[in-house]
Amino acid sequence: MSDRPNESFLARLDRIDRRWIFLMMAIAVAGPIIWVGVTGRTFPETATPAVQGAFDAIERLPEGSKVLVSFDFDPASAGELQPMATGFIHHCQLRKHRIYAMTLWAPGSPLIGATLADVIGNDPSYRYGENFVDLGFQAGNEGVMKQVGVDFPKAFPNDSKGTPLARIPMMQGITRLSDFDILISVSAGYPGGKEWVQYGVSPTLTQGHRLPFVAGSTGVQTPQMIPYYPVQMSGILGAIKGAAEYESLVNAKATAPGETVPAKYQEAQRRMAPQLFGHSLMVGLILVGNVIFFAGRRKGAAE
Amino acid sequence: MSQLGTPMVDPAVERRANRMMMVILAVVCALLALRAVVGSSVGSGDAAVTEHGFGLVYVQEAKKGFVAEDAKEKAADGTEVEVRRWKPAAPGQTPEISWTEWNEVTAGEWAAAQRARADAPASAPLVTVSWPRTAGVWFAALMTLAVLSFLWRDNPVYKLAESVVVGVSAGYWMIVATWDTLVPKLAGALVPAWTKAHLMPSLESAGVDWWGLVPLGLGMLLLCRLSARVSWLGIFPLAFVVGTFAGLRFVQNIESDLLAQVATMFEPLVVVKHQVLAGADATATAPIDWAGSIGASLSALLILVGVLSVLAYFFFSLEHKGAVGGAARVGIWYLMITFGASFGFTVMGRIALLAARLEFLFDDWLWLIDPSGKH
Repeated sequence: MSDRPNESFLARLDRIDRRWIFLMMAIAVAGPIIWVGVTGRTFPETATPAVQGAFDAIERLPEGSKVLVSFDFDPASAGELQPMATGFIHHCQLRKHRIYAMTLWAPGSPLIGATLADVIGNDPSYRYGENFVDLGFQAGNEGVMKQVGVDFPKAFPNDSKGTPLARIPMMQGITRLSDFDILISVSAGYPGGKEWVQYGVSPTLTQGHRLPFVAGSTGVQTPQMIPYYPVQMSGILGAIKGAAEYESLVNAKATAPGETVPAKYQEAQRRMAPQLFGHSLMVGLILVGNVIFFAGRRKGAAE
Repeated sequence: MSQLGTPMVDPAVERRANRMMMVILAVVCALLALRAVVGSSVGSGDAAVTEHGFGLVYVQEAKKGFVAEDAKEKAADGTEVEVRRWKPAAPGQTPEISWTEWNEVTAGEWAAAQRARADAPASAPLVTVSWPRTAGVWFAALMTLAVLSFLWRDNPVYKLAESVVVGVSAGYWMIVATWDTLVPKLAGALVPAWTKAHLMPSLESAGVDWWGLVPLGLGMLLLCRLSARVSWLGIFPLAFVVGTFAGLRFVQNIESDLLAQVATMFEPLVVVKHQVLAGADATATAPIDWAGSIGASLSALLILVGVLSVLAYFFFSLEHKGAVGGAARVGIWYLMITFGASFGFTVMGRIALLAARLEFLFDDWLWLIDPSGKH
């Protein structure tokens, strides 16, 4: 029974305990996860131009192209970015590109190994040192980006296992950043996609050979990255929605109609149903909040 | 009227909410207990069994053995060098180096192995529960719940989780800084032979690099900030760092964020797009794509209006009246829409992270869902 019996419904809503809102959000996110987990169904995705641009940039490269992938994220943002990293590596594998993986984030180093093992671990056509290499972590942020622009082996003298680059066959002919055919950054913040544009890609604009660049970024970082598209970046995967669109493009290429897509390649698509319900709740709460605010203001003015 | 620092919710409402939350917590605990008792059906067909419990990780042993193979190879300068390579030991061959790996398997594979155990040969690989990895899943699940418990209110369990995260992060970064920076780049530069012999066998160095004394000296000066008497010496390395980054960023920001962005502004306002015909590239001879052309032209116009109006809003040398005031008001709308888009992206990011944690709890820990067929 209410302790303020004459109170209006809107006034009660205004005093609602915030934990009810947390509970509603938990249900709005958890319910769809269970529904998707049990039924295995995901929403269809249509690629936006920025995501299509990212896909096309990798797709149009000839087989065996040299792709530098920078894993600039940590486990804390893996919920958003791991599907992108998996998608990029999967796409490169389908196109039989050579994959050079590196990171400027120390906690990103184990994520490189896990992603490569997860996607191309059992592929006999991919041999370490010939088709893919894990260059590991290098400290120095923008300093490393500047360094790889002029002298790649000096910035990365060894791979993650300590093998000198000179003994790795696929590193032959790699002297600087512009020797790669495309640069991909999966970025959670600093240093990441923005710094790669500033220190890696922009210098190549004035050298007459623009290095194609594609990024996947967190939702927080995406608005900062969008101004670089499409001149300084060929494409961008913005937040989990961009990852889901990219997954659908890669899966459509990888699997025949009716064929089952492995769950590891649908991680972002599975997370779109919780997004729908979470955002719907958020929009509803914003509307209710505004109704309460304007009703309170009108009541105050009347009194 | 509520003031800063006082709770927005009155005590009666909070007491009622507390009671309701305790009921919800009790229901969740009861469901967990029920989940453990009922168990899960794992595996399929004849190998299907009911596993009582959840959050278990199963592994299969894989023995690895290698033998050395010495060979002579030609180096880049044409001389012959001896190279030792390791290759997997053949069946029956005694390996010179061996170890056992424990690879994760599904609950179904574990169930099938349990069924076949009676008839399996002694050399069959062992499939068992990995208690360390199981403890890892439970620790991760309980830490996730501990952090989420902050939504209820600040509490000792949350404080414990927070302290664990801070402590582990600090320890991790110290180890990374030592082995990725101090050892290879400082010790490896100044005492390369000793570093290679005692700390980093894979280090390749052309000899002593005396430039390593510069970061060593600057680092020592930075440590002076710990003492009040000589803390002023710490200003010099800080000045070096700030000056270097200011110079580095000045050039790159002008190049990428100013010049390149201004260059993209010089685009035609009227865009004519042609339809892309199947099997052919877009050419001038193809019919005009009216929808695409109007969309692209509107987009170019919106960008131009946006840039000018936002610049007008931030131009304070003229009073925001008349035409300038109108442009500034349009600029405010542009800014608000931009902030709204940023907020939307932030919400998307946070929900994605929450979904990832809940997916972990429901999949790896509780076995309520099984998208990847692990259970």
